[in-house]
Amino acid sequence: MITIEKLEQIKNYHRPFLEERLKESANTTIKDGNIALNDLYYNKQTRIALKNCGIINPGNIEDYIAVDGYSALANILMNKSKAEVIEDMKASNLRGRGGAGFPTGKKWEEAFKYNADQKYMICNADEGDPGAFMDRSILENDPHSVLEGMAIGGYAVGADQGFIYVRAEYPTAVKRLKIAIEQAKELGVLGNNIFGTGFNFDIKLKLGSGAFVCGEGTALIESIEGKRGMPRTKIYRTAHKGLWQKPTIINNVETYANVPVIFQKGVEWFKSIGTEKSPGTKVFSLVGKVENAGLVEVPMGMPLREIVYDIGGGIQNGKKFKAVQTGGPSGGCIPEHLIDTPVDFESLGKIGSIMGSGGMVVMDEDTCMVDIARFFLEFTVDESCGKCIPCREGTKRMLEILERIVEGKGEEQDIETLETLSETITTASLCGLGQTAANPVVTTLKYFRDEYEAHIKDHKCPAGSCKSLIEYFITEKCIGCGMCAKACPVQCISGKPKELHIINKLACIKCGACMEACPKKVQAVIKR
Amino acid sequence: MNIIINGTTYEVEKNTTILQACKNAGIDIPTLCHDERLKPTSACRLCLVEVEGTKNLVTSCSTMVKENMVVHTHNEKVMKTRRDVLNLAISNHPLECLSCDKSGDCKLQDYCYEYGILNGTYKGAMRTPKIDSSNPFYDYDARKCILCGLCVRVCDELQCSNAIGFEDRGFEANVSTPFNEGLINSKCVSCGNCVSVCPVGALTPKGQKFRHWETSKVRTTCSYCGVGCQMDLVVKGKKIVDVEPAMDAINNGLLCVKGKFAYKFINHPDRLKTPLIKRNGKFEEATWDEAYRYITKKATEIKENYGPNSFAGLTSARCTNEENYLFQKLFRAVIGTNNIDHCARL
Ligand SMILES: Cc1cc2nc3c(=O)[nH]c(=O)nc-3n(C[C@H](O)[C@H](O)[C@H](O)COP(=O)(O)O)c2cc1C
Ligand code: SF4
Ligand code: SF4
Ligand code: SF4
Repeated sequence: MITIEKLEQIKNYHRPFLEERLKESANTTIKDGNIALNDLYYNKQTRIALKNCGIINPGNIEDYIAVDGYSALANILMNKSKAEVIEDMKASNLRGRGGAGFPTGKKWEEAFKYNADQKYMICNADEGDPGAFMDRSILENDPHSVLEGMAIGGYAVGADQGFIYVRAEYPTAVKRLKIAIEQAKELGVLGNNIFGTGFNFDIKLKLGSGAFVCGEGTALIESIEGKRGMPRTKIYRTAHKGLWQKPTIINNVETYANVPVIFQKGVEWFKSIGTEKSPGTKVFSLVGKVENAGLVEVPMGMPLREIVYDIGGGIQNGKKFKAVQTGGPSGGCIPEHLIDTPVDFESLGKIGSIMGSGGMVVMDEDTCMVDIARFFLEFTVDESCGKCIPCREGTKRMLEILERIVEGKGEEQDIETLETLSETITTASLCGLGQTAANPVVTTLKYFRDEYEAHIKDHKCPAGSCKSLIEYFITEKCIGCGMCAKACPVQCISGKPKELHIINKLACIKCGACMEACPKKVQAVIKR
Repeated sequence: MNIIINGTTYEVEKNTTILQACKNAGIDIPTLCHDERLKPTSACRLCLVEVEGTKNLVTSCSTMVKENMVVHTHNEKVMKTRRDVLNLAISNHPLECLSCDKSGDCKLQDYCYEYGILNGTYKGAMRTPKIDSSNPFYDYDARKCILCGLCVRVCDELQCSNAIGFEDRGFEANVSTPFNEGLINSKCVSCGNCVSVCPVGALTPKGQKFRHWETSKVRTTCSYCGVGCQMDLVVKGKKIVDVEPAMDAINNGLLCVKGKFAYKFINHPDRLKTPLIKRNGKFEEATWDEAYRYITKKATEIKENYGPNSFAGLTSARCTNEENYLFQKLFRAVIGTNNIDHCARL
């Protein structure tokens, strides 16, 4: 059986080895007992959920213990009542990082107060948003923080069984979680009679097969129960009747990873980071047309501009910023004039977007906003489970209209139809997938309506991105070098040496190879 | 407790859904996927109502009443949403009402009529034309399916056969059998309970052509076994053309393959309508009087020559209890043998 003393011993014994190892690698500094990654990229970040990522060896539980791992669990089990843990969680105002931002303490309290012979803790590690990999990073690099967070939650609500629903497309995460659970059980920080307190907690892995909708809480529960992953209608709260109709808590990976730190460093410390209504940090996966793409963890309330420019290093190739899409496929597009919006649950909601699980796609002037809406809708249509009419039928119709518009076949009344559909799908769909599916369309219609109109009325794509609406053209500047003709994959450019070359519009596949090939000094090929 | 529906206060029991409360109050709410016998699934989204204080509309089939709840069942927002949902449903449904067996008894048709939907205004892709006609008693036409899930849930929750489920996702979703091997190769026991609940013409019995408005219903007891299921014979002229299970009876809207589908013997040309007596090696039609006289004569002869134990009687589950009782009485008291048994014991 593990004791607090033994945990302390492991830490004291192991810490010097860890520090030694880190000193040898150039990318970490240790100051006042805090280990941090060196790099300009990391300097602007505040790392709570990712604090051990890249620092400890995830395959070694002693490494985790060396950075105070499992000390929060030990402390809680020895010194705190369940009600006190719930109170602390409520006071910290930690909000779910999986999308909706529901206060975690309040959720736990619901399950805590509900009497039942069995309760469950579930970790939602389905991470289905395209381009998102925050949870994966935590699972792969710091799996024990999630296990510890779940155990603390299990103690608080009175659950002795946990499940981690992790997508099978994350083999490394699965492997490391397996090892972590094994090591934790062996040491006794999971299993029976943890720290001699009589508290039992076990964790099992359940592999999902990569359906986005299975990240939705009730669909995830159906899937664990062995049924088709379709959302349930909400008659009861999951915290009262969830998995096998027993009180169940579902939290996101990042949410759990925050829990041990809150108890190590205290509620006040946690609340000093971020904003009043959204304390703490959020991990974003910053992708798209920024210089430095990657995972960033920043205090809530940081203005978008700082994330995009100070951390992301601005737009690639000196292009102009156009918009940023937050919240994944169900989020919204935020235009340039709102780039000083602080990133927290309320502020993003106010401008029609969402925090979501933390996707952040940066777009430059070459991005067509209608096409972006189409792109996200394509994902939602693919991932709709098909249960309810508005989502199943409505998103498909919306996609069909958007496809028409980007092909230049839009019709006058399309914008109005898109608006009606958005309203129906949002108000009438069963689950969050449908209820938010129209967001990319609604926000692009709100902030970039002129682009829709240009496609429909003038058959032009202002960003010059929709293939059906652009053509490549060789201007008088042509020096007849023939580079373009050589580069064209369908040989549709003709012209004698040193004479003006011409593109056969009918054969052109609009790949843009000619434009690339034309010498920089000449730039005779234009897109129009 | 009290709730206010469309401005009128009603007293309702705790633990009732808004839908139930509306039904009790005589307010009609459209539903395509609801069935009181099954767990609510809220898939069709037609029963949406507005509850003051909530952001989105809520499905009345799955929302419990709360003290002083204020509900609007037919206001502008609700009607607009319902119309659009119906529009979406009918836009992906072949408008073959002229040739569809279900016409006149189709909930989608009825609601489109009620809500003034002429035809679907959303033009685009349509459902994949998949037809499963492998079952001898009924067909599945996926083009007409609105994915209400009633069939899947009846088969799972009430029939407990779990023969069918959903396949694929989103727009491509369909009702199917495991590995798409067809109903005939599935665990389907052909009870037809899925056919009875299908609100549209996606699951239809094979065979008879009739229009619902040409028929009348005759309540009767199924004669196949002793359970006593109640059913309505759907009669066109003098012919039975379909059987529907009775909801307000012990069988609770369910039947088995025999009750549901095995009625065609009634009008079958091969059906025996008089007794036959074999004369000169050939069966000939006889009257009941002739037949009884013949039986008595033969039975008396056999009993005298070979004794009562040369008889054995086997009676049928298709007879009533009373008939079975009389049959054993006949054997024990009149013929004088205990060689009497019943097919249900075999
Ligand atoms: C379509 C859909 C997909 C979702 N996918 C995820 C996911 O991949 N991971 C996740 O943690 N939450 C996901 N959620 C949110 C969950 O339903 C749930 O709110 C969350 O896991 C709760 O945890 P939290 O309170 O810690 O955020 C999804 C929700 C919807 C509607
Ligand atoms: S909203 Fe979409 S994903 Fe959610 S239940 Fe309805 S069809 Fe399924
Ligand atoms: S006929 Fe009966 S067993 Fe067969 S699929 Fe329908 S409900 Fe299930
Ligand atoms: S076949 Fe009929 S009952 Fe089954 S899902 Fe389709 S419409 Fe509903």
